[in-house]
Amino acid sequence: MVGKSEPSTNGAAAAKSPDLLTSYFSFRALKLKTKQQELLIRVSILCLVYVLAFATRLFSVLRYESMIHEFDPYFNYRTTLFLTEKGFYEFWNWFDSESWYPLGRIIGGTLYPGLMVTAAAMYWGLRFLRFAVHIREVCVLTAPFFASNTTVLAYFFGKEIWDTGAGLVAAALIAICPGYISRSVAGSYDNEGVAIFALLLTFYLFVKAVNTGSLAWGLASALGYFYMVSAWGGYVFIINLIPLYVLVLLITGRYSMRLYVAYNCMYILGMLLAMQIRFVGFQHVQSGEHMAAMGVFFLMQVFYFLDWLKHLLSDAKLFQAFLRMTVTSAVGVGAVALGVGTASGYISPWTGRFYSLLDPTYAKDHIPIIASVSEHQPTAWSSFMFDFQILLFLFPAGLYFCFKRLSDATIFIVMYGLTSMYFAGVMVRLILVATPAVCLISAIAVSATIKNLTLLLRAKTKAPQSVSGKGGSSGKASSKQGSLDQSQPFQKNGATALLFGAFYLLSKYVTHCTWVTSEAYSSPSIVLAARGAHGNRVIFDDYREAYFWLRQNTPPDAKVMSWWDYGYQITAMGNRTVIVDNNTWNNTHIATVGRAMSSYEDEAYEIMKSLDVDYVLVVFGGVTGYSSDDINKFLWMVRIGGGVFPVIKEPDYLVNGEYRVDKGAAPKMLNCLMYKLSYYRFGELTTEYGKPPGYDRARGVEIGNKDIKLEYLEEAFTTSNWIVRIYKVKPPNNRW
Amino acid sequence: MPVRETIDSSSRTKMGFRFDLLVLAVALLSTPALSDLVLTRVDRRVDLTSHIVRIVSTLKVENTGKDSVSEVLLVFPERQAKNLAYLMAASSPGKGKAKASAVNLPVENFNSEGLPPALVAYSVSLPEGGLGKGASLTFDVSAVFTHSLLPFPEKITQADTQLLVFEESAYFLSPYAVKVQSLTVKLPHPRVESYTKLENTKVQGSEIKYGPYENLAPFSYSPIVVHFESNQPFVVARELVREIEVSHWGNVQVTENYNLVHGGSQIKGEFSRLDYQARPHIRGASAFKNLVAKLPPRAHSVYYRDAIGNISTSHLWGDSRKTELEIEPRYPMFGGWRTAFTIGYGLPLQDFLFELDGKRFLNITFGSPINEIIIDTLIVKVVLPEGSRDISVSAPFPVKQWQETKFSHLDVIGRPVIALEKSKVVPELDQYFQVYYKFNSISMFREPMMLISGFFLLFVACIVYVHADLSISKSSASYLAKLQWEEVQSVIQQVDNLVNRCLMVHDKLDASLRDLSRMGDVQACKAARKHADGLLKELSKELKPLLSFLQNSPQAAQILPKVEELVVKERELQDKLMVKHTTVVDCYEKKLSGREIENRIASQQNKITALRQEVDDLLDFIDEL
Repeated sequence: MVGKSEPSTNGAAAAKSPDLLTSYFSFRALKLKTKQQELLIRVSILCLVYVLAFATRLFSVLRYESMIHEFDPYFNYRTTLFLTEKGFYEFWNWFDSESWYPLGRIIGGTLYPGLMVTAAAMYWGLRFLRFAVHIREVCVLTAPFFASNTTVLAYFFGKEIWDTGAGLVAAALIAICPGYISRSVAGSYDNEGVAIFALLLTFYLFVKAVNTGSLAWGLASALGYFYMVSAWGGYVFIINLIPLYVLVLLITGRYSMRLYVAYNCMYILGMLLAMQIRFVGFQHVQSGEHMAAMGVFFLMQVFYFLDWLKHLLSDAKLFQAFLRMTVTSAVGVGAVALGVGTASGYISPWTGRFYSLLDPTYAKDHIPIIASVSEHQPTAWSSFMFDFQILLFLFPAGLYFCFKRLSDATIFIVMYGLTSMYFAGVMVRLILVATPAVCLISAIAVSATIKNLTLLLRAKTKAPQSVSGKGGSSGKASSKQGSLDQSQPFQKNGATALLFGAFYLLSKYVTHCTWVTSEAYSSPSIVLAARGAHGNRVIFDDYREAYFWLRQNTPPDAKVMSWWDYGYQITAMGNRTVIVDNNTWNNTHIATVGRAMSSYEDEAYEIMKSLDVDYVLVVFGGVTGYSSDDINKFLWMVRIGGGVFPVIKEPDYLVNGEYRVDKGAAPKMLNCLMYKLSYYRFGELTTEYGKPPGYDRARGVEIGNKDIKLEYLEEAFTTSNWIVRIYKVKPPNNRW
Repeated sequence: MPVRETIDSSSRTKMGFRFDLLVLAVALLSTPALSDLVLTRVDRRVDLTSHIVRIVSTLKVENTGKDSVSEVLLVFPERQAKNLAYLMAASSPGKGKAKASAVNLPVENFNSEGLPPALVAYSVSLPEGGLGKGASLTFDVSAVFTHSLLPFPEKITQADTQLLVFEESAYFLSPYAVKVQSLTVKLPHPRVESYTKLENTKVQGSEIKYGPYENLAPFSYSPIVVHFESNQPFVVARELVREIEVSHWGNVQVTENYNLVHGGSQIKGEFSRLDYQARPHIRGASAFKNLVAKLPPRAHSVYYRDAIGNISTSHLWGDSRKTELEIEPRYPMFGGWRTAFTIGYGLPLQDFLFELDGKRFLNITFGSPINEIIIDTLIVKVVLPEGSRDISVSAPFPVKQWQETKFSHLDVIGRPVIALEKSKVVPELDQYFQVYYKFNSISMFREPMMLISGFFLLFVACIVYVHADLSISKSSASYLAKLQWEEVQSVIQQVDNLVNRCLMVHDKLDASLRDLSRMGDVQACKAARKHADGLLKELSKELKPLLSFLQNSPQAAQILPKVEELVVKERELQDKLMVKHTTVVDCYEKKLSGREIENRIASQQNKITALRQEVDDLLDFIDEL
């Protein structure tokens, strides 16, 4: 460690020490000051991590193209486009008649504008700097850019809770952690992209405020919270975790003026700022999910008041009596207020999603629409392993280190880690929220372990090294040093071995992350790629084929009915009005579509006529073996439809509780609209060599109804691999 | 789609075509001839193999009057003239003679006042003083029409083949008497649904021949209708915007935005992918699947995309003479279906930009590179580099022209854009045009300089920020403490340096001892000792004020014990070293053996090593502050 010097800095350092004799070339004099050296290394590592975090997220652009991914990002892209074209006020007051026909949707009041405003601001900024970029490129690269910023934030956060070493490791870990990459690859233009940054920012600033007790940091954390509220509904996690944290500090007797300042400033200002977001509005004072924060706020005031009284009242007995009285009355008043508020409807009860977080089985029993979303499923162990790999083992180790050195900051990260881990177990998508905590805590483990090991190594090696640095006298010295080394013969070797082990594990982590990123998380999911028979790449671009066909060859005011999954894409790419979309705000409307899909054609026709439907779009994977198609989602349509319209009964579509599409399928299944539209004329097609015609490759069976006749609809378009099929609803027959 | 319009309200045939021109023709017969010209022979060949109608007429004109004539009139019915996209006349040299190159004859609009209504006339100027008395001249007239083939029936199913209707006059419509004439209609297939049978009508394979007809009066007109099968791609671009951006860094970037429609019979009923997949040539005969664009040679960075992203179905071949791009729209184009896409490519600058008389000029083609395409409205925009002046355009045909400004990367005042608009564009109009402008080469470096100065300013700002004192309250306690702490740090750093230099002197002393053991030069060793003594004294002198500063500073209270310990240890080390040095030198002077010397100094050496270790540790500790 001592004799090192970077060649590039030699010259500069030599110039600084001119009075040294040239014959005497000493490394110690030439090196930068240790502090500067460390700073240089730290900054360069951070810069590299920053670039790495950005670059590793570009797989999707290289493999496919610079495009928006998946479902929700298309809505975000469409609104951003609107924002940049029409300006902020138009955007804020936008009533979108192209979705939720005939209800429409008030976009400005029902979305978190943070992402769009961020992207638009970057776009305008670049335009101002005379970079003629396209808004699409800005949107595509927003998530990687914020991921890079998150790494810097992770560094500062790590530094705040542990030390700079932990900060650097945290930055490096979070830069490539698949759990985070899954939602922040280039093109994944979703709220989470900026929200994780905002979440970590809020937490960091709050911890900073607690550590310093400075109003300025408190204000900063309130602003961070405002940004988070504007960006993602996950802000509810912050507004519950921070009070919980404060409560824990209060209970463990760590109450301090710093905490009081930080929390009050953050809560009051954050709440007032959050009310400016229309979608959130007065929820901070009216919704059950936000009441914990308010309760803790009042509790803090009581605490402070008591503290002051204690200071005034010197008599301990008197104070005890008073304490009992105050606490009882405060809790009583709080409970009564909550009770009255809830009973009178002023305070809204918890929403279904919130319930389902606390009770994972709640949604399954009560709200099928939440349970039907794939990202709301409980997490499997494999996906934990997939997303965290070694971090999963480092996490408990990090917790151990945190408990060993308990401070306000480490308590926070421990609580963040534990709660978010629980939520990650409840819902797949919340792995994302847990990722920063897992990375930070693992970083503490890695950093502390490596630091301890190197300290061991350095303590041993230092003496001989520092002597050998001075040249020939080492021969004499080392013989004397040998005796010292004998005391713990295996410690050094053990430390070396462990260091290599850590290095091996971390490099495994890197390869795993890169592999996961390139193979699993970089697919745009609207363009599907497969390997052909000769190993060549085959691209299924059917979604865009269908959407572009809709855009070009249907009347501009055509209404398209499809399952809600494709709503955002149809409006964004097809530019046509949809009945339902991914903003699943109206369960009844979705249930109506589900009912139409699961009814017989003539019944469905009545429903479609009442909704003014011109085209029906279904996704079908039977030809290509694409498994996430509408037939596989169909049971959810039945369930959601049946939840509102009891005429739809799930057992009608099942045979002995089994869902099948072949000859043994239930008669209602074989004749419902979805089945007919998916398999229309499919019975004539041979999909696989050696199989009968009508062999469904997605489900691996021969379909049960090959003779499908459509009476009220006609095939308007089917994409080249049959993935998207569009039907036109015929006008009513003439009566004479 | 061809727009139907009515000239008058006379009756229609069962097929719905206008035969009202018959009435017109009768009316025309009575009007007198305009001059004494006579067309002695007219051969017309109508090419219907693609959806662009091309009529090539060879006219032999003779002057039977007294005065020489300088122009010949060509007339077209208004209905045809509306779709006339291109009209060119070229004198053809006599058949037997040696080939003289064909001379283009200028064609102009002719004020058709003296003519009967519903006719549009063009005049062809004859070369060199016109046609003398009795002289004759042969020339070719080539006329290209868009939207002259009407699909009938207008709507067909996926499985039907497309049928087209073509209307013409069997007789050459002319203000002059025609002596002998013939008409050949070339069809894509021998399969013809029906055609008007007149006298002397013959069908030969895929050709229908009318004529010869002799001695017809001026304005003779005899409508014929050919109803035939054609599945040629009916590619119509309703609008094409070509943007040609010149960069003097070596690239001409062409971006073409197409808005395409299949102009043939519209599809009705279902589109079945199954049928189309199974037998695309039968159950999708009228659709076109791909388009071929012939790009200039050395075209590079070709892309093909639309509003929602890249389209992956395209192929590119290239050799030294051309680059061929085959693009498939996202879906097969059936009648009436529309699509829109963008293709873009870069071209090497030296192939298209030239310099002439201090002016630069861009010489590039006007039309679309796609084969057999009709463009209803073509807008060509030439984007010149920022700072171009004196812009002028020379086009081979009249175009609508205006100027715009475009803002691209790093533009301050915007790039001048020349926009040219022309309607009804056919491949024949794909001719070179020139844009002349002046541009100072120095301006090329403006944008890189802007970037460089931008980054420079950014770094300067960083430097200023790091060095500037941005605290608001200069008298606050924390600010003063911070200042003091910085001072203490710098002093400690100095102490650190001094101690390091002391250590270096120690090393030198050690080295002198080693030299001594090797060469036995006692004097040199003594000199080194003296030098070292001087240096050490100096250093300790320098150290004193620093230490006293630290002792007085309240901020240094924490670190002071360590620093003092460091100084003390160093002093101790120094003393021990001196003692060792003296011992060794003495021994040498006494000529003691090496082993003896080692024994004597062994204990000292141990202490020195231990002390040195302690000093190093202290230094590291202080360094880490």
